[in-house]
Amino acid sequence: MDVDLIFKIIGIGILLAVAQTILKSTGKEDLGFWVTTLGIAVALLMVTELLGDLFTQVKSVFKLF
Amino acid sequence: MEIMPVVGLAIVAAVMGIVLKQSKPEVAVLLSITVGAVIFLAVLGKIGSVIDILKQLAGRAQISDIYLATILKIVAIAYIADFGAQICRDAGESAVASKIEFAAKILVLVLAVPIVVAVLEALLKLVP
Repeated sequence: MDVDLIFKIIGIGILLAVAQTILKSTGKEDLGFWVTTLGIAVALLMVTELLGDLFTQVKSVFKLF
Repeated sequence: MEIMPVVGLAIVAAVMGIVLKQSKPEVAVLLSITVGAVIFLAVLGKIGSVIDILKQLAGRAQISDIYLATILKIVAIAYIADFGAQICRDAGESAVASKIEFAAKILVLVLAVPIVVAVLEALLKLVP
């Protein structure tokens, strides 16, 4: 039950939302877009790593190979 | 009593998913994928022990290992396809979800055909 990844992703989401609103208020719209894209890329990397673990464990449990 | 942390975690993630959905819907989808994967990883160990017991019973009943292995493969394909299809449906891509289910049906059919052939051959032997 490694719950830390879930809270990491929630943290990234909130961080991106706050960053975008701050950047929007200071007038730098496009920078906000890049920050959001980068943040989502980081979160996606973490999720795909977790899915990789899930699929390898399923393969070993169900003796699929 | 393993169910309490699972339900607690799921409720926290559901509420946070709504919070994230307003400002960052894509991160909300990532959150739902993560929760699904974490909960299943938590339960996977127990499924493994159940499968080992099934293997011992099949061995004692002299059932050949091929049938149990095929059944396990079909269950695994069904589960992974359902996992992916539900996530795609959550993200709003129901067309992609139905494609995943279509592919899963074909794969299960491919796995089931040898067993059906074996059953038919056994039946033909009985008919004089």
